[in-house]
Amino acid sequence: MPANRTLFEKIWDAHLVAQPAGRSPILYIDLHLLHEVTSPQAFDGLRAASRKVRQPARSIATVDHNIPTEPRGTPITDLIAAKQISALQANCKEFGIRLFDMDSPDQGIVHVIGPELGLTQPGMTIVCGDSHTSTHGAFGALAFGIGTSEVEHVLATQCLAQQKPKTMKIDVRGRLPEGVTAKDLALGIIGQIGTDGATGHVIEYAGEAVRSLSMEGRMTLCNMSIEAGARAGMVAPDEATFAYVKRKRFAPRDAEWEKAVEYWRSLPSDSAAGFDKVVEMDAAQLSPFVTWGTNPGMVAPVTGRVPEPNGMKDSDRRAFELALQYMGLEPGKRIEDIGIDRVFIGSCTNSRIEDLRAAARVAKGHRVNANVRAMVVPGSQRVKKAAEQEGLHRIFLDAGFEWRESGCSMCLGMNPDILQPGERCASTSNRNFEGRQGRGGRTHLVSPMMAAAAAIAGHFTDIRNWKFQ
Amino acid sequence: MKPFTVHRGRVAPLDRVNVDTDQIIPKQFLKRIERTGFGQFLFYDWRFGADGKKNADFVLDQARYAGASILVAGKNFGCGSSREHAVWALTDFGFRAVISSSFADIFANNSTKNGFLTVRLGDHEIAEIMKRAIESSNYELTIDLEQCEVRDDQGLRAKFPIDEFVRQCLLNGLDDIGLTLQHESEIADYEARHPLPATLGLVNR
Repeated sequence: MPANRTLFEKIWDAHLVAQPAGRSPILYIDLHLLHEVTSPQAFDGLRAASRKVRQPARSIATVDHNIPTEPRGTPITDLIAAKQISALQANCKEFGIRLFDMDSPDQGIVHVIGPELGLTQPGMTIVCGDSHTSTHGAFGALAFGIGTSEVEHVLATQCLAQQKPKTMKIDVRGRLPEGVTAKDLALGIIGQIGTDGATGHVIEYAGEAVRSLSMEGRMTLCNMSIEAGARAGMVAPDEATFAYVKRKRFAPRDAEWEKAVEYWRSLPSDSAAGFDKVVEMDAAQLSPFVTWGTNPGMVAPVTGRVPEPNGMKDSDRRAFELALQYMGLEPGKRIEDIGIDRVFIGSCTNSRIEDLRAAARVAKGHRVNANVRAMVVPGSQRVKKAAEQEGLHRIFLDAGFEWRESGCSMCLGMNPDILQPGERCASTSNRNFEGRQGRGGRTHLVSPMMAAAAAIAGHFTDIRNWKFQ
Repeated sequence: MKPFTVHRGRVAPLDRVNVDTDQIIPKQFLKRIERTGFGQFLFYDWRFGADGKKNADFVLDQARYAGASILVAGKNFGCGSSREHAVWALTDFGFRAVISSSFADIFANNSTKNGFLTVRLGDHEIAEIMKRAIESSNYELTIDLEQCEVRDDQGLRAKFPIDEFVRQCLLNGLDDIGLTLQHESEIADYEARHPLPATLGLVNR
């Protein structure tokens, strides 16, 4: 082994099963997460080829993408969605895979429950048929999204044939200013390097600003790696990581725990390890951000304006014009003058307990603007229960927010939670693509605090000037 | 998997950058549990108005591009969601390949599993192909995976890069699960050295 390796290289090397000449290396997969939308065709493929699931205990399934967020027990009126859910139930039963179903106290968004159950651990390889699998990199795991054919590949072989990605270090110096969150850091990075800035690379986030993030903040940051095109995003494991994982349901115990921590301490990149690309940023320069366009790189500080197209390349200018046309915005418009109709607080990016605490702190003692419909969708049943024990749901309900059941919900609008054409939404989710939250819907990505403040003000407003009650 | 060797076909120009998989196949069509039948929903929100009527201006619905099997588009094609349904929609519609200056990683991976070729060319070549597809009637290209070359009847010739293993899989229509399973003994060795964690073994189904 080379003397100086990155975190990514150490995990990669530790999972190499074979390196056949002239072929892609074969990598062992420790943990495979499944959900209802990207798995049915994979199970069909197994049946068609008379293949079994090699390691059923290494696959864990839940339902999250298309389920309603109405109270559990309400019948699912979308028959095609119901069929997809029953297909997952039947497949898990047939192949012996553990399923956290609709009625389970452990159900939730797949990228929220992995960490909270202690399934996600440092040094692991983790895959899921979902691009936001990068979330789990917050623990110093190599975690990436795959398509359905690769889901089938993992089910059949517990391995994947993968070309080795390049490495990129994003070093964020200093500390995030007050009111600037992990979400703003992610948006700031994507705004700087672009939505294809990390294509073909695994990002390692480093520097004081990253180290001082909580585990949940690191998850938010790693979650958005795919929005910069990255194969995965990672943060080196440290004491905060170990403290988070310890005593979780599926975490190692007793002597196994001691052994695991010892190994995890060896994972951080060696000080002389080289990266294919290095990006340096200064945390002090970051602000609360709001996206104004139709991809997450089209972003401006809340105190800023929709940009002017002067000096753009032709192809960029055309994309800019199409984006503004879709968003119903003009160049030069002040971000704080953009009024909103809807607010969504949720998604695998920002639906954990700290996100809900931050939003509740803003909402406390205020009322949602009369022109706004706002919903809070906890990431999991465990998050929902914890929030209710702290009384956060009371704060939201008193302020006029809807308090719903866990799932992906309006992040992608596969369930009934969607925007109507022309509706403008402040959303804590991860994608502002055309139609993402509903056909003709206009999405602005923000942090949970900024979303809560927008719900109350009826337009975007700088959280740094907020009157907390 | 259907092998890809040499393909000649009509080119449809989609002059947009960052075409994400939410545009290629919107989420309302992801609930099907089959691999087939997604072509009718390809680029749905661009091809059909909110009233469900076809938008005749959209490139794929212009008569001159009917039957196109090669798409040319701007950079970062296929970004966003990992949904393989995007590739299934393109192939079901009749496309065999897409040409762009860059592709999102997961989309490119998904493509190779379905015998669908992602051809990476330089910005200048993309611009030229885009121009010819817009200006000439019935503009056709030949994509030759044996030579790793794209050519037309007007003298354009361009080489494209591709991973050699991926190329062999595409040329021969290989099942890569079968290829991995050839390493059964190495997988078993690995598993013997890395047993299932005790906590995962506590399955209480």
